Amino acid sequence: MSSVISEIRKDYLYNLLLRGERADGRSFTQYRPIEIERNIIKKAEGSALVRLGKTQVMVGIKIQPGEPFPDAPNRGVIVTNAELVPLASPIFEPGPPNEYGIELARVVDRGVRESGAVDLDALCIVPGEKVWVIFIDIHILDDCGNIMDASSLGAIAALLGSTVPASRFGLGDDFQLPVRDIPIATTAVEFGDVVLFDPDIDEEAIADAKLTVITKADGTICGMQKSGPGMLSEEQVYRIVDIACENAKEIREKFLE
Amino acid sequence: MDERVFIKDGIRLDGRRFDELRPIKMEVGVLKRADGSCYMEMGDNKVIAAVYGPREVHPRHLQEVNRAIIRYRYNMASFSVEERRRPGPDRRSYELSKVSREALEPVILTSYFPKSVIDIFVEVLQADAGTRTAGINAASVALADAGIPMRSLVSSCAAGKVDGQIVLDPMKDEDNFGQADMPIAITPTGEITLLQMDGMMTRDEFRQAIELAKKGCQEIYRIQRKVLIDRYSQFEDLQDEGSRR
Repeated sequence: MSSVISEIRKDYLYNLLLRGERADGRSFTQYRPIEIERNIIKKAEGSALVRLGKTQVMVGIKIQPGEPFPDAPNRGVIVTNAELVPLASPIFEPGPPNEYGIELARVVDRGVRESGAVDLDALCIVPGEKVWVIFIDIHILDDCGNIMDASSLGAIAALLGSTVPASRFGLGDDFQLPVRDIPIATTAVEFGDVVLFDPDIDEEAIADAKLTVITKADGTICGMQKSGPGMLSEEQVYRIVDIACENAKEIREKFLE
Repeated sequence: MDERVFIKDGIRLDGRRFDELRPIKMEVGVLKRADGSCYMEMGDNKVIAAVYGPREVHPRHLQEVNRAIIRYRYNMASFSVEERRRPGPDRRSYELSKVSREALEPVILTSYFPKSVIDIFVEVLQADAGTRTAGINAASVALADAGIPMRSLVSSCAAGKVDGQIVLDPMKDEDNFGQADMPIAITPTGEITLLQMDGMMTRDEFRQAIELAKKGCQEIYRIQRKVLIDRYSQFEDLQDEGSRR
């Protein structure tokens, strides 16, 4: 889903890229400024407002007792949901999540789940009956590009500051949600032969393909997703993965450790 | 985690080596009403793909003035898995439909058919890890069967990590208990049109997985090409193409 972009703007951006420049002066691998505010929603068990350039995403964590999955009776449950609410962009519409919202939520979920970031074994209340269910809800507030990375960053930032509200349910003392790793998603788009990291809204509109790479603190890759109706060469994929690891490391060290 | 051993003396549970695909069966033109169709078995996966179009777009507001739109519907039969699946699309199938569509879109010459739609329907009749890749393989052949102009076919398979080893085309048990799963789709010239990964891999393992999956896709491409040529060898020009090979 990309917004309309005029041919003249497209040509302008393309010609800039050919000269090795981007409209806002960043290098091809550089991120926009990142700001994270944590625990700003009192009613939530954890929350984070992420600003990535002008993009704003709010992630809230609610934690409640619930039933475990039959195939993992002693483990907590993670449920991730994303809403592309119409306040965030002229092209978002009210209604149930469309495939873009679903993909966003599932990729964020993949990062949190596959990295083993949350210690789900520590979230069992009654084996086979009751476990803590963690709801990660992503609210896009202003889509100025790359909501994937902003959402993923918001999710882990919010989880890091979350408290399991055990006392409210008469299940003992509240405790800090055990988070063991910090998965970071980094996204690049491909346009012509150029690869750009952290695309803004116009760069997303002109891009052919997009690749999100999620890495753990030790540099292991724990999730990937290509999207968009274009193709990537093998070399481009390898290059994106290499740079993604470096970018993720920088973001992790600067904002979350 | 499960303590089962999945690879013993370089041989996997079903007797394959690390770089072997499961047996593949493909058949073209299996549905009479569809403009193009293909049935595919990849190990225990059974999928069927149908292509309708180019045809008029309904609802009309989805029309694009300069090209055809592509719709892809990945649907699993309720009986295709161990525990009955509730019929209808879930979040997983929405995502798979999206990425599968985007895996085929780059090769379809959509500008030939403005204001129209090319509908691709994939039904999974039996699932055993790798249904999205089987679906893409079948859909790609079904598109060719429907006579849709394409730059090339698309071939797809997964590589995974099991017992710390990178293996080609993981089956259900390997997928469930393995450490990673990475489906890809590529064109015969090596362009990647689908790439997903979940689980954990180092960068080196990732490269290995790509290399392995690429080899698998090349093998699948040969099969796709062969079934199409066999089907259409009654036409002279294709027969020439085939014998030149």
